[in-house]
Amino acid sequence: MEFTLKTFIFYGFALITIASALAVVTVRNIVHAAFALMVTLFGVAGLYVFLQADFLAATQVIVYVGGILVLILFGVMMTSGRLEMRIHIERGQLLLGGGISLALLMLLLTVIANTPKWENLTDDGTAFEPTTKRIGELILNEKFLLPFEVASVLLLVALIGAALISRKEVRD
Amino acid sequence: MPEIFSEGFFPNINLQDETNWATDFVRDVIIPRLPEAVAGHFPVELGTVLVMVAFAGIFVAVVPLLPLVLVLAERKVAARFQNRTGPMRVGPWGTLQTLADGIKLIFKEDYIPPQGDKLLFLLAPYIIFACSFAVFAAIPFGDGIPIPGDFNIGIFYIMAISSVIVMGVIMAGWSSNSKWSLLGSLRSAAQIVSYEIPLGLSILTVVMLVESLGMQQIVASQDGGIFTWLIFRTPFTFIAFFIFFISSIAEVNRTPFDLPEAESEIVAGFHTEYSGMRFALFFIAEYANMFAVSAIGVTLFLGGWQGVLPGYDFLGGFPGFVIKTLGLVFLMMWLRWTLPRLRVDQLMNLCWKYFIPISFFNILGTGVWGLIFRHDDVWSIGISCAIIYVGLISAYAVAGRSLARKPEPQPS
Repeated sequence: MEFTLKTFIFYGFALITIASALAVVTVRNIVHAAFALMVTLFGVAGLYVFLQADFLAATQVIVYVGGILVLILFGVMMTSGRLEMRIHIERGQLLLGGGISLALLMLLLTVIANTPKWENLTDDGTAFEPTTKRIGELILNEKFLLPFEVASVLLLVALIGAALISRKEVRD
Repeated sequence: MPEIFSEGFFPNINLQDETNWATDFVRDVIIPRLPEAVAGHFPVELGTVLVMVAFAGIFVAVVPLLPLVLVLAERKVAARFQNRTGPMRVGPWGTLQTLADGIKLIFKEDYIPPQGDKLLFLLAPYIIFACSFAVFAAIPFGDGIPIPGDFNIGIFYIMAISSVIVMGVIMAGWSSNSKWSLLGSLRSAAQIVSYEIPLGLSILTVVMLVESLGMQQIVASQDGGIFTWLIFRTPFTFIAFFIFFISSIAEVNRTPFDLPEAESEIVAGFHTEYSGMRFALFFIAEYANMFAVSAIGVTLFLGGWQGVLPGYDFLGGFPGFVIKTLGLVFLMMWLRWTLPRLRVDQLMNLCWKYFIPISFFNILGTGVWGLIFRHDDVWSIGISCAIIYVGLISAYAVAGRSLARKPEPQPS
């Protein structure tokens, strides 16, 4: 295999992503796991940049790190006191979970096997093209308008539901 | 052992685009100065990366000097507002006070709470520090000054990076294992996450008009004097600028939105347990953030490095940019020493009940405006300025009348 700067960058980000992802699932402290997840998300964002998907990378950071992870940590801190968790797993759960994980692994391996190897990708001469405009066109003009709207309605429903559940009736 | 300085090591990498400023720097400045024997074999790609790293290093070295000035300015401004003189002992008019304080902080004990989470406690200041500095990478300081991160998604990158600061705040608050720190960091996180929404929506109005996320393109579109600055381009961006400015004060946790570090309630908020240089890192990051959000405001709404008059360099270029930015910084200090702190419910009301609906209205309005006036010309800008003028006068009249009324009774 040729050893280029590309290789360095790719394996650097891949190492960061995989090592921190391992930490997420093996570390006992939930808060540590959450912060390891932050590193994982950054690693994936780095891979997106490597693939010249800059908009996607920034979205990844802003949505997952700046939003969802903060909410997870909020949840953990509000219910603090049980940080060290020993999770007991029943045999049935182990089998079911293992089966599902194995199926997912097979699926991913199939996808990986059918994707051309990234080292063999050659520069086809096209210049770097900003993705932002294309994404916007696809979402609002072309084929992804309906899924986009359905997702936004789903989020709205979730928002209203959360407000309804958390709101107390105030009488005065 | 691979030969690092040969062509074979980096044969055909393609760093995004060939006309990168760092690549140009390597080709035009470095290679002609090398000896003949080396010049032919110099790896341009590796050189590009090194030049970028070196330039980033300059930023990391220079930007901490900013707080050195800003902290002194803050203390002097505060002193003037309170009819004092401020620091006067160290150096002429106390100008070396911050330096003395910095040296003092370096020599202080680096205390780590024994009950806390040591790893995260040590890591937190660096996350905040790194994120505040990464923002500077995409700010266009002047005409011809290269931006280390000249992305086509500039402003989106800035928003993404600054949203990570919350993680550092939470990390600091949690790992200190102190109630004050935890409360402070939770308040801070809630506040930053909430105010990011009106902030982002206000930025979106600018992006809609410019049709680009790149910082250079945004500045380039304001070429032509003060009335082509995006703040005056439509009445909606005029409103958006104030929402942006107030939200960014909340983002950097300054008075009147400094609930995360309210001294009378929770000591010093998320950095209560920090001492010495680690505390100084938070402090530096806070002032760097302040400068950064002002610089972003100037870039987006106040013309960036473009001058006030079309064709003249007055208040333009790098000095003009810095003057405008420092003007906004002064405005922040002014507000800090004038206004009292908000309550938590007031803070959230302001964001969710006023700023977010107004921001949505702004976006709608900007879209309609863009449909009516396809191109910015004398007419559209004239109409815009007229609407802003009438709006300001009527707002003044309404505010005057409502302020004359009795205040509402406080909730018990």
